[in-house]
Amino acid sequence: MTNYTKKESHDVSILLAGQAGQGIMTIEKILTRAFKEEGFSVFATREYMSRVRGGVNSTQVRIADASIAAPVERVDVFVALDGHAFERYCSRLTDKTVIIGDKHVADMCQCSAACKNIVTIPLREIASDIGRSVYANTVAAGAILALLDVPLDGARDALQTLFVSKGQDVITHNITALERGYKHGSHAVFSQNIQIDTVARTQKEDNKKHVFMAGYEAVGLGALAGGVDFCTSYPMSPSTGVLTYIAQHGKECGVVVEQATDEIGAINMSLGASYAGARPIITTSGGGFALMEEAVSLAAMTETPVTVHIAQRPGPATGLPTRTAQEDLNLVLHAGHGEFARAIFAPGTTAEAFVCTQRAVALADAYQIPTFILTDQYFMDSLALAHEDDFTFMPIKKHIVETDQGYKRYALTENGITPRGIPGYGYGFVCADSDEHDESGHITEDLDVRVQMVQKRRKRLEALAQEALMPSCSGACDGSAKKALIVWGSNRAVAQEALAHTERDDVIAVHFAQVYPLNPRVKEMLDGLEKIAVMENNVTGQFADLLERDLGIKVDTRIAKYNGAPFTVEEVINHITQL
Amino acid sequence: MLNQSLQENVFDMPPQTDIAWCPGCGNFPILRVIKGALADAGVDQRMLTLVSGIGQAGKLPQYLKCHYFNGLHGRALPVATGIKAANPHLTVVVTSGDGDVYGEGGNHLIHTIRRNPDITVLVHDNMIYGLTKGQASPTSEEGLVTPIQPRGVYVDPINPLALAISLDAPFVARTSAGEPQHMRETIAAAIAHKGFSLVDIFQPCVVFNKVNTYQWFKEHTYFLDDDYDPTDRMAAFARATEEGRYGLGIFYRTDTRAVFEDEVGVYDDDKRPLYERKPQVAAVKALLAMKR
Repeated sequence: MTNYTKKESHDVSILLAGQAGQGIMTIEKILTRAFKEEGFSVFATREYMSRVRGGVNSTQVRIADASIAAPVERVDVFVALDGHAFERYCSRLTDKTVIIGDKHVADMCQCSAACKNIVTIPLREIASDIGRSVYANTVAAGAILALLDVPLDGARDALQTLFVSKGQDVITHNITALERGYKHGSHAVFSQNIQIDTVARTQKEDNKKHVFMAGYEAVGLGALAGGVDFCTSYPMSPSTGVLTYIAQHGKECGVVVEQATDEIGAINMSLGASYAGARPIITTSGGGFALMEEAVSLAAMTETPVTVHIAQRPGPATGLPTRTAQEDLNLVLHAGHGEFARAIFAPGTTAEAFVCTQRAVALADAYQIPTFILTDQYFMDSLALAHEDDFTFMPIKKHIVETDQGYKRYALTENGITPRGIPGYGYGFVCADSDEHDESGHITEDLDVRVQMVQKRRKRLEALAQEALMPSCSGACDGSAKKALIVWGSNRAVAQEALAHTERDDVIAVHFAQVYPLNPRVKEMLDGLEKIAVMENNVTGQFADLLERDLGIKVDTRIAKYNGAPFTVEEVINHITQL
Repeated sequence: MLNQSLQENVFDMPPQTDIAWCPGCGNFPILRVIKGALADAGVDQRMLTLVSGIGQAGKLPQYLKCHYFNGLHGRALPVATGIKAANPHLTVVVTSGDGDVYGEGGNHLIHTIRRNPDITVLVHDNMIYGLTKGQASPTSEEGLVTPIQPRGVYVDPINPLALAISLDAPFVARTSAGEPQHMRETIAAAIAHKGFSLVDIFQPCVVFNKVNTYQWFKEHTYFLDDDYDPTDRMAAFARATEEGRYGLGIFYRTDTRAVFEDEVGVYDDDKRPLYERKPQVAAVKALLAMKR
């Protein structure tokens, strides 16, 4: 017992690694549920290969005594379900990393710096003893909880939920596996020379008011909360989670969900539905969205509201299908031929995704334009805690009017927006045309009418910019800071956490949850700063370009990461230190 | 036999309407006949929505007093499917050309038949690209010389009827712009049939297609016999793949296919179109609470 030391830490990082199909996700679900109930701040992020079985996948689970939602390089506990996991993650393991695994797996550890604190647990043997080797992952989850001194109540709940469809036997066996893993883990803690940090349970009560979900669930929920009643999409990683989520809850929420046979069909179906009064959302990734571009232009020309969610992944072409990037801002910014107004959101937290998605569908409807939500693989596949109160439900306003005789779908108005009639509601005819058209929606080649219609479509951009979301600020936001680290989309939490670590009072982290149009007041907000750095997951600095182009803001430093992995807290600390 | 439940002239546009078709265009008789067929089928004008893509045929909705969505080249079918799924009470009719439906939109045709929304698709099949001035279309016959095919078309034309029958489309017919009465009856029957209905309409292009003229269609077509049984799918397929002469009539019909909008789930207990419904805020709040 004297060998067992426990010290308090602010956070612990656990990396679960193994082959696709070995059940890492199950461990993640068990642990995160148990950790949430125990009162930690919890974050999990998944990294996986584009394959269904084999390879090496991993999930990082972090627990902390303060709010966290970003990955770290550091690995405090490494759970290896497969020996090949070591080769892949050696560079992140140190002599302080506690390694958990079967003996035959742990024996494969040949990392020069690590392989010192190995806790061998006969995962497979215990699992086979219970009935099937597939329970090995649950045994591992039990062992980890023992090492971290976390009781099993939450874990048991998680197993009940996870395996409810598989029958009581499977649940019972898994609970046995969990308990046996816990027992072995507890024993190992005392019998082996293991050092593992503990984390203060700071959020025990608070966590009850927190929701824990993945980015894809936040976007899906936001769509439903925004009154989306139509969703046609074509599966494409990493966006498919949103389609699945909406499909699972389509009936109870009154949503028509259809897997289209290609992206072109998906968006055209949504446009048809929108024309007839539905409120659609489409989910896709860069490649799929590229196919939709012509129809984005059609949405603009016919003034048919539509919202597209694009979960970015590295390109060009097929690129890295299961990795992350922020490379498609320019694509979405310029998608579609011709000139027209649009709005683009880029949420950084689950709560923000929930709100931004509602906002995107509401603006599409109010302004009769295409709107977009830009996320990425990292955001889709990361799970974070957020206070339930931050999941604001916006009032849903339908902008559909009953038409009267003589109704003109494109009647010219002060602000460019014509009250939207739909077929079958009222006495007028609703004529929507992809050709340039007159006020009634009929083809025209009258060049004066053309100019009026261009102005009509363009006009609303000014109003959109005026109501564009202002960026959020963290750090010394009282005006005293001289430098800013600007991020957008999924880099919000990593920038905040890194900045807090550096304790720099001359730097602020500024996050844009809406990247287009930019609110003109952003210029005033950033004026007076001596140095502006923009950090994003692309090689050219697409958002930096946009800031310079649209607001004339001079960007001094462009911080780029484009290897397919998200920024880690350590990397960003390093970048901030150099500012 | 025609039920004049509605005057067809309600669909007329004002006489001064500028129609962008060439004089003598086969689209004129189709436009005229569609009005009668809509009246015969008892379609409520306020509940009728026409959908088209791009091409000379795609302009037709412009010349009819109705709701319409004139979208992109090749993309009329998914738009029509979306309209029907958002409001099943609407009568949705697609009017577009062979290039639009069989060429650019070929994939949509296949999968819309599979999906089977209750829509009617009228394909003005003139075997040529008119709006782009005379290139080969998916139904151009072998040997047709055009500015882009100077050695003549050497790929086989698509057989839209055989394709539709192979996919078990609920209603598959062919008619001809040169046979107004037959065209009227066929289109009215197609609209009345529940499920996806395809009507291929032979249509002369008087400017660019000097082969498939009114005269040519007259000589190469015949009416299906009264004793022809359109419920026999194999016989329909055989008839659709006949060479050299082209039958006019209803080749195939079936009532066995489930209709898309009936299958999507949201209309099981509530027949209201989507726009009339209230958002399910309580259900969404419950979903959020599940994430606690």
